[in-house]
Amino acid sequence: MTESDILVEVRDLKVHFPIKRGLILDRVVGHVKAVDGVDLSIPRGKTYGLVGESGCGKSTLGRALLQLTPPTGGEVRFDGVELTTLAAGKLRTMRRRMQMIFQDPMSSLDPRQNVESILTEGLQTHGIGTDRDDRRRIIGETLDAVGLPRWALSRYPHEFSGGQRQRIGIARALVLGPELIVADEPVSALDVSIQAQVVNLLDELQDNLGLTYLVIAHDLAVVKHISDVVGVMYLGALVEEAPSDRLYSEPLHPYTRALMSAVPVPDPDVEDRRERILLAGDLPSPANPPSGCRFHTRCPWAQPTRCADERPALREIGGSRVACHFAERIATGELRPHKVSAQIVRPEGEGEDPAVVSAPTEPGSYV
Amino acid sequence: MALLEVDDLSVTFARRGQRTVHAVDGVSFSVDAGEVVGLVGESGCGKSVTSLAIMGLLPRQPGLRVGGRAVFDGTDLLQLDDRSRRDIRGRDVAMIFQDPLSSLNPVIPIGLQVTEVLTRHRGMKGEAAQKEAADLLDRVGIPDPRRRLKEYPHQLSGGMRQRALIAMAVACQPRLLIADEPTTALDVTIQAQILELLKELVRDSGTALVMITHDLGVVAGMCDTINVLYAGRVVETARRRPLFREPRHPYTVGLLGSVPRLDAGRGERLNPIPGSVRDVLAWPDGCAFAPRCTRRIDECVGAPPELTLTYDGRSYRCVNPPPVPGTPPPAATDAGAPEPATGGPVPAPREEEKP
Repeated sequence: MTESDILVEVRDLKVHFPIKRGLILDRVVGHVKAVDGVDLSIPRGKTYGLVGESGCGKSTLGRALLQLTPPTGGEVRFDGVELTTLAAGKLRTMRRRMQMIFQDPMSSLDPRQNVESILTEGLQTHGIGTDRDDRRRIIGETLDAVGLPRWALSRYPHEFSGGQRQRIGIARALVLGPELIVADEPVSALDVSIQAQVVNLLDELQDNLGLTYLVIAHDLAVVKHISDVVGVMYLGALVEEAPSDRLYSEPLHPYTRALMSAVPVPDPDVEDRRERILLAGDLPSPANPPSGCRFHTRCPWAQPTRCADERPALREIGGSRVACHFAERIATGELRPHKVSAQIVRPEGEGEDPAVVSAPTEPGSYV
Repeated sequence: MALLEVDDLSVTFARRGQRTVHAVDGVSFSVDAGEVVGLVGESGCGKSVTSLAIMGLLPRQPGLRVGGRAVFDGTDLLQLDDRSRRDIRGRDVAMIFQDPLSSLNPVIPIGLQVTEVLTRHRGMKGEAAQKEAADLLDRVGIPDPRRRLKEYPHQLSGGMRQRALIAMAVACQPRLLIADEPTTALDVTIQAQILELLKELVRDSGTALVMITHDLGVVAGMCDTINVLYAGRVVETARRRPLFREPRHPYTVGLLGSVPRLDAGRGERLNPIPGSVRDVLAWPDGCAFAPRCTRRIDECVGAPPELTLTYDGRSYRCVNPPPVPGTPPPAATDAGAPEPATGGPVPAPREEEKP
């Protein structure tokens, strides 16, 4: 793949949020490492899906990519231009080419602006269109593209249903003619039958306009449906990146395996037969992540060597990138899963000291 | 006699100057002991209002009318006075809500909220109640229950909160448990833990479970019988496998077609249902789904479709149902007709259920 095929390139991206204590002195007592060293690249015209549970840093990564949250470190290259060091004015003009679709269409649309005003605002800011009529023409074309009627222009967001509101959000991103669209949970606020409409719309727009997507969602089935490549995040870092078909057929990282087996499939035959890997406990706090491999506290395949003290890097295994020391040996079945007891790692300075407690009757850690 | 028999339940909200809203319109279903019954539908289909009506938890307001019957073990829950309803609620019938943070009291420790149930229904006090509460938390998989009893809801993670809520619900070993979207607010790996816990409860104590959800995947893995709701009516009832294998109502077909499947290949388009649920208001008389239905014929408008009963407890409300894939027209399977014994000498049961 040549350099120009890659639209977005992220190198060692870090976003750390300081935890502050005290009223006057405002000491920084620690950092929440929301994103901690992520490398990824998105080819032009393709869809990169980002999945993970809440708190894994996937939304922060999306926002940091668009410089909506300033990254603590690392590089973000968009079409060859380094964004992290770009001057504010230049960044603003770049923003026309990268837009965002938000999760909740109700709270991301101004309730006191009608649709025309919502769509015109961006055009005016970026100086697109010569006059009012020209802008009207652009807006009209955009409305057709997202499947909204023309009479929508004079209406306000509350007059629309959830699916239509999300279409307005998509139109707002689309009206500027962007190349990259970051969609943060674009369908999770919608009903099942409406979800499919919006997913299909995103697919269609990509086919017609050659858009590049970064789709962030917690729903694996949606992400897998829409993406070419899927990255799985856990505690601020990618643990696996694979073509979307491979991710389901041959997940390599233990966390991906557990995630895949936990997603309910609407088919009783599949549900009854497949093996389920139940993870014990909850996500550890990103303020005080486990040493070594972030996942070793909950990993059914964790080994006494290496896992607890050496952080695995992403490495290539047969077309996927996996951050696990023992991925090959797990894939061949050489390593067997074992029961893990739940561990509670408390954030520093909250309550008692970090305690490790084991759950005696954790329901079937491995079923 | 089923444990819970809901018969022609209807809930209407009327407001002066506005059209009466039929949130639930003639819903009937039954739940046996040890059975998991699913109520599936999208937002606004009346699944939560159904459960709240059964529990008597609908806010008392002018214009609210609840009709029909919900017979639990011989007593009609809808006719009870407040006192006897409070006796049953929490002891015989319990409920788990969707959002554990807003259904737990934020300013009262978990322990007190669990022991409250024990004190009210089982008359336990002091150390005995504390010990029982700790045992309950332990049973639902909360580590270090003694310490957790003193903590407040905000100190627990989402999964832990839902476990605490389940502990409260099962404190008196209820015979019927109603779970309203118990895992919607949770992550998938935590969802898997909670569903496993609920399955265990049903298996071990024979509790009947009414599972309310919009997630067809959850239904496929858990429920014995499934009721699909649309616009306040049950549009299809079936056992688990037949429903997914040969859905008879166009809405069920549409729902199944619009869910992206994890085990499907990339590239194939989804088949969404056109329109949105709000279109329902336009056609109040006919089939509520008709405006969005691809199999709409003239008979769909005018009167609501009658319930068609077929074999094995299956029923659907549609005058023009989609054909069953891969089978000839069901001539021999009229209402009540036994399954024809084809092949072996012993007719195999249609539905091989888990033991």
